[in-house]
Amino acid sequence: MSIFESKKLGEMAVGTKIVVYGVLSIWSFIVLFPLYWVLITSFKLPIAVSGGPFYLPFVDFLPSLHAWSYIFFDLGNDTFRPYFNSVVVAVFSTFLVMIAGSLAAYALSRFTFRPRLLTILIFIFVVALVIVLVAALGVNWLIAVTVGVALAVIGAGVFRRIPSPTLGNPDILFWMISQRILPPVVAAIPIYVMFQQVRLLDTHMALIVTYTTVNLPIVVWLMYDFFVSIPKDLEESAELDGASRIRIFFEIILPLSKPGLIATSLLVLIFSWNEYLLALFLSTANAQTMPLLVAAQNATRGPQWWYMSVLIIIMIVPVILLTLVLQRFIAKGLLLGAVKG
Amino acid sequence: METWQTRTVDWFDRHSGRLFVLPASLLILAFSIFPLIISAWLALSRFKLGSEGYELIFVGWNNFRKLLFGSEQYHLLGTFMPISWLGWLIVAAAIVLIGSGIRSFVTSGHMTVMGAIGRLIAFGLFASLAWLFAATVGDKGQIGSLSTTIFYVFLGVAIQFVIGAGLAFLCSLRIRGRSFFRVVFFVPLMVTPVGIAYTFRMMADMTVGPISPLWHWLGLGDFSWATNAWSARLVVVLGDSWQWIPFMFLVMLAAFESQPKDEIEAAELDGASGFQIFGDITWPSVAPVAATIVLIRMIEAFKIVDLPNVLTNGGPGIASESLTLHAFMQWRALDLGASAAISYVLLFTSTIICVSFFNFVVNPARRARQ
Repeated sequence: MSIFESKKLGEMAVGTKIVVYGVLSIWSFIVLFPLYWVLITSFKLPIAVSGGPFYLPFVDFLPSLHAWSYIFFDLGNDTFRPYFNSVVVAVFSTFLVMIAGSLAAYALSRFTFRPRLLTILIFIFVVALVIVLVAALGVNWLIAVTVGVALAVIGAGVFRRIPSPTLGNPDILFWMISQRILPPVVAAIPIYVMFQQVRLLDTHMALIVTYTTVNLPIVVWLMYDFFVSIPKDLEESAELDGASRIRIFFEIILPLSKPGLIATSLLVLIFSWNEYLLALFLSTANAQTMPLLVAAQNATRGPQWWYMSVLIIIMIVPVILLTLVLQRFIAKGLLLGAVKG
Repeated sequence: METWQTRTVDWFDRHSGRLFVLPASLLILAFSIFPLIISAWLALSRFKLGSEGYELIFVGWNNFRKLLFGSEQYHLLGTFMPISWLGWLIVAAAIVLIGSGIRSFVTSGHMTVMGAIGRLIAFGLFASLAWLFAATVGDKGQIGSLSTTIFYVFLGVAIQFVIGAGLAFLCSLRIRGRSFFRVVFFVPLMVTPVGIAYTFRMMADMTVGPISPLWHWLGLGDFSWATNAWSARLVVVLGDSWQWIPFMFLVMLAAFESQPKDEIEAAELDGASGFQIFGDITWPSVAPVAATIVLIRMIEAFKIVDLPNVLTNGGPGIASESLTLHAFMQWRALDLGASAAISYVLLFTSTIICVSFFNFVVNPARRARQ
């Protein structure tokens, strides 16, 4: 092979190649330089940060472990607790949202649902009633919810025979996905009040459940596309062999959709790991997560860049490692649904 | 002989569809719909802390009146000024856009009642936002958090789409090291937005930041981006773009990689130029994905809060405050009614814009491909 060989189809001219690699390298620099800056800042003494832009360790400034030792030893538990909280909240909510979301997405891709409009209206009426009972009339929330559930069951039974229009699967799917348009700040105050009522404010539980709901639409949506693309023959033969639905789901469907599951859970994990607003509303001291701790480094004497940098680095390292390990699944999994459009 | 166990399994199997959907539906009902109703009620009442707990006093539309016409108007809508030349330019552009939209709708021959109502709402909102922007954007005026949020959404998503799609196109060419670039370009998505906000504050520092020698060389050394309204907003958009370009990049890359390869080769054989191939084959095949991914990003961009909060603290003044941040500040000031009202303004605006975008851009793009 020589460079004088005739140009193959799809092969680029040398000039084009230089431009392409040039642009890609510049963007790599734009992506990596801020991270490099955070990394070297974490090894700087305050004086080296305020002294001017020093770029190279050992040449421009002498690296120091001051910030790292402060975060790990002086702060100690004040660092580890938010870190632990973040891990617990992100892992458990990802686990829950993947289960609830995949189950719903699978059901919507395989069964036909015909929820009756009348039943939904009864349900909304009951919810409104419970809200009025608790908020306006001061009834204990446990009693109100019990009354509400009883009324809903009775109502659904009594009005069963009355004809009413029905909705279909696309309506349910759209309803679930549309929840992503809802800005969290709309729901944050009522959720705050709700958790206050049941005394769950500032607990892992509160954050886990909230993050699960917030991420649910993404999972339902991405996994729905995945499940639709899996042929039904496998399930049908398993069904003939007498396997139960739940077994079919866990033993046939889930293994087949591994790339989608991994990519989706990685995305959802990153979202929960980085979530800020809801954590700001729902946690104060005990359940404080890492983004809040990073944000709190804005001390009265100005932001303490060196501590912040350490925190940012210990926050992104596990996610980067996870992504590197799961790298080959991401392109395949995340995109299958999206590309089919 | 039927035991209770087999009966349970049978029952479970018969109802498995409903049972599978149940957890997700209950969660969404409990933590989205239910709070939405309470929030609507909060927006119509005044929250008062009493000796024991709190009290809610129904005040009707007062919270909204305060936001739109009263003391809070300065925050939400901005300070009104006679429309400047820049404002007239915006108004003119909006009129042209709306006019062409109406014209293509009327001449398309697919006029329906629902279509007309949808366009009426979309164009109405678009026109009033354009007017709002025009009336507050001048020298002495001050745009409010509604316009700031719209600015973040539209400029941010545009930048992210152009750069993300461009990088994806380059990476989809047959070059070495694609997987390296793919991993590197994905990294910003993993950094917490709060971390990005601080990183960008460090980078943008005019005296000790890494770019400061460049600023001094350009003669901008004394300039402070944090005290200028537009530069503060721009830095927020840049931080947001840095984080979200990877998302656009990943999805657009997959779209480019799944385009019809044989058609391209046939076109190359026929001697079509690169631009012709891109315009006639590549772009139509990725347009539906492009429209969808822009919609997804728009939905998320309306909720921006971490960056302005940490990067600029909403400042200078309220110049870089997004609606979510504005609502959070009101919540912290214990004005829960106003906070809920702002949230509802955000909900209406983002819903109308996103649904319009879906109906007028995403759906036609999908139909055109089929």
